[in-house]
Amino acid sequence: MPLKQAITGAEAIAYAMKQINPDVVAAYPITPQTPVVEYFAKYVADGVVDTEMIPVESEHSAMSAVVGAAAAGARAFTATASVGLALMHEVVFIAASLRLPIVMAVANRALSGPINIHCDHSDAMAERDSGWIQLWAENAQEAYDFTVMAYRIAEHPDVRLPVMVNFDGFIISHGVEVVETLDDDVVKNFVGKPIKMYPLLDTSKPVTYGPLDLYDYYFEHKRQQIEAMRHVPRVFKEVAEEFAKISGRKYDLLDEFMVDDAEYIMVALGSTAGTIKHTIKELRAEGKKVGLVKPWVFRPFVKSEFQRVLNARKGVVVLDRSASFGAEAPLYEAVKSALYEVAVRPQMGSYVYGLGGRDITPEHIRQAFEDAFKGNLIADEERYLGLRE
Amino acid sequence: MPLNAIELAKLFHDKNPGMTQGHRMCPGCAAPNVVRFALMTAIAKGYEPVVGLATGCLEVSTTIYPYTSWNVPYIHNAFENVAATISGVETAYRALVKKGEIDKDKKYAFFAFGGDGGTYDIGLQSLSGAVERGHKFIYIVYDNEGYMNTGNQRSGATPPGSDTTTAPVGKKLPGKLQLKKNLVEIMAAHENVYVATVSIAEPMDFMKKIEKALEFDGPSFIAAYSPCVRFWRVNDDKSVEVSRLAIETLYWPLYEVERGVYRVTKKITNPKPVAEYIKAQGRFKPLLSRPDAQEIIDELQEYVKMRYERLLALEEVTKDKPIR
Repeated sequence: MPLKQAITGAEAIAYAMKQINPDVVAAYPITPQTPVVEYFAKYVADGVVDTEMIPVESEHSAMSAVVGAAAAGARAFTATASVGLALMHEVVFIAASLRLPIVMAVANRALSGPINIHCDHSDAMAERDSGWIQLWAENAQEAYDFTVMAYRIAEHPDVRLPVMVNFDGFIISHGVEVVETLDDDVVKNFVGKPIKMYPLLDTSKPVTYGPLDLYDYYFEHKRQQIEAMRHVPRVFKEVAEEFAKISGRKYDLLDEFMVDDAEYIMVALGSTAGTIKHTIKELRAEGKKVGLVKPWVFRPFVKSEFQRVLNARKGVVVLDRSASFGAEAPLYEAVKSALYEVAVRPQMGSYVYGLGGRDITPEHIRQAFEDAFKGNLIADEERYLGLRE
Repeated sequence: MPLNAIELAKLFHDKNPGMTQGHRMCPGCAAPNVVRFALMTAIAKGYEPVVGLATGCLEVSTTIYPYTSWNVPYIHNAFENVAATISGVETAYRALVKKGEIDKDKKYAFFAFGGDGGTYDIGLQSLSGAVERGHKFIYIVYDNEGYMNTGNQRSGATPPGSDTTTAPVGKKLPGKLQLKKNLVEIMAAHENVYVATVSIAEPMDFMKKIEKALEFDGPSFIAAYSPCVRFWRVNDDKSVEVSRLAIETLYWPLYEVERGVYRVTKKITNPKPVAEYIKAQGRFKPLLSRPDAQEIIDELQEYVKMRYERLLALEEVTKDKPIR
């Protein structure tokens, strides 16, 4: 029987990993990811998982060790945040290029400097071209569900790519919510045994991982990586469908909230979607036709999905919790680029909010929607919510 | 039973030593021999070697896609993380044995190879972490005293007075100013470790130490003296000769430290002057034309003498006193 538990997002992820019982976890503590590792270390210490844990001396070594473990044929997991993810950066790319089905939870936190421990999306956005699949959770429930789904996507023979489960630092990682967890056996059966390809430890078939790849082959290998990413939407949908059968919770590439008749649609990632949904309900009560598109899958960025939902709307308001210095904010840039190709382009506006954990309130969301209602969206103007100018 | 040369020659007459010929290392480079001495020992002793490599000469010259010289499992990740990478592989091994997915009676030997750049400098943190955690693996640095893969830049392992492109001998400066970092002692200070220096000029000593490392219950660190004929500017038939001179001049003392217990494995009773070693290599030639050359040679002479005396003293005082 599914169990309703009052737990934090960090515990929800650790709990999912306990049920998955991975072979190797290598992690280094960093705020606000720390409780994920702490909860899991306790499972190891209590012997409720078989996992071998590597308490590495840095995030760079965490990612390096899970690369080694995954190449060896083990199911491997790590978690990090912010500058920890930035320190991994080099090896994050290598993990994807070696096509290793690693899963990593990222408690999204602002990048330094100045140093700041609170939520924004600059850490994951800096890795958006690393070749990892990026799933984005709105709350602890989604963080749990995506963790359960992640290996099925990563290990799929048509994919073989690492998966990053993003969950907002503190807001999701430390906020206690009711999370409906599945039975251990249900998770175990759903995740199944690891699908191994070319395990390093098979000494009867020695393989070389990570050769020098020059101008005569590198390009073809990158092309294969591009192709693997193209299989992700189909595989994600298949896995999501199966997951719905065991959980009753249905996921897709995009979370579409009250969009059917919506004239104005907001696009945002992560926990802010909760506040947006609340505000949309209020605005709906006032007769405004508004909706939300929240990408559950941000990498790959499935353009056609955005085109389908956003074509011919009156206004599209994109909220970004990270900046791209000297360019448009990353989510806005991607959505705007997708809408270049639609038949009837909506008005568009870019709103950056919440950097370094700055609070975002229903008033801010209203403010952005109000701009849209007034026809006051300017496509090449970046605006800021909750900022003192 | 210790290995002997005749048995080894027989065994590998038509058996591959893990790394095949056909690689693109320079003729006369010592590094392939370092690898072979290690892997041959492991294979002869019934181990299945699994190899991790740091970015460097050995890596780029043995795995140019679509070719590979390795017919044992091999992984290269990046420059500074071979120790962390192999620690992940070794941990996966333990996890999979526990789950019954790997035959526990099959003996695996986890090797990590790195150059001095990838070990003394950029990879030191990763190495220290992996050793501290106590993974059972053998880290072997092939120490050619500089970033030779990228064309002879200074590393923490470069000796003073050596001419490199980033610390060149100039009108004012005599090349590198600092002594070589004593990484062997840094590694020995981890205490839970078997540490040894080796040289291709002493293959039996080399292989005996690998044997010890294979049997040691914990991490091992082997520092292999590894002439780079290209940038040490010696003829490509001289790497063994230079290696021998390094031992005879006390520049490269052969010793081991097992859980804090020192043992000098080759005693040198009448050391040759270190000047002989310096003069045998072209990399010191620009130094020798400077007026302060003698000063630098004297400093090095004093250093190697004192270091050797300390080693003998440590051997005496640590006898039967393992620290862990």
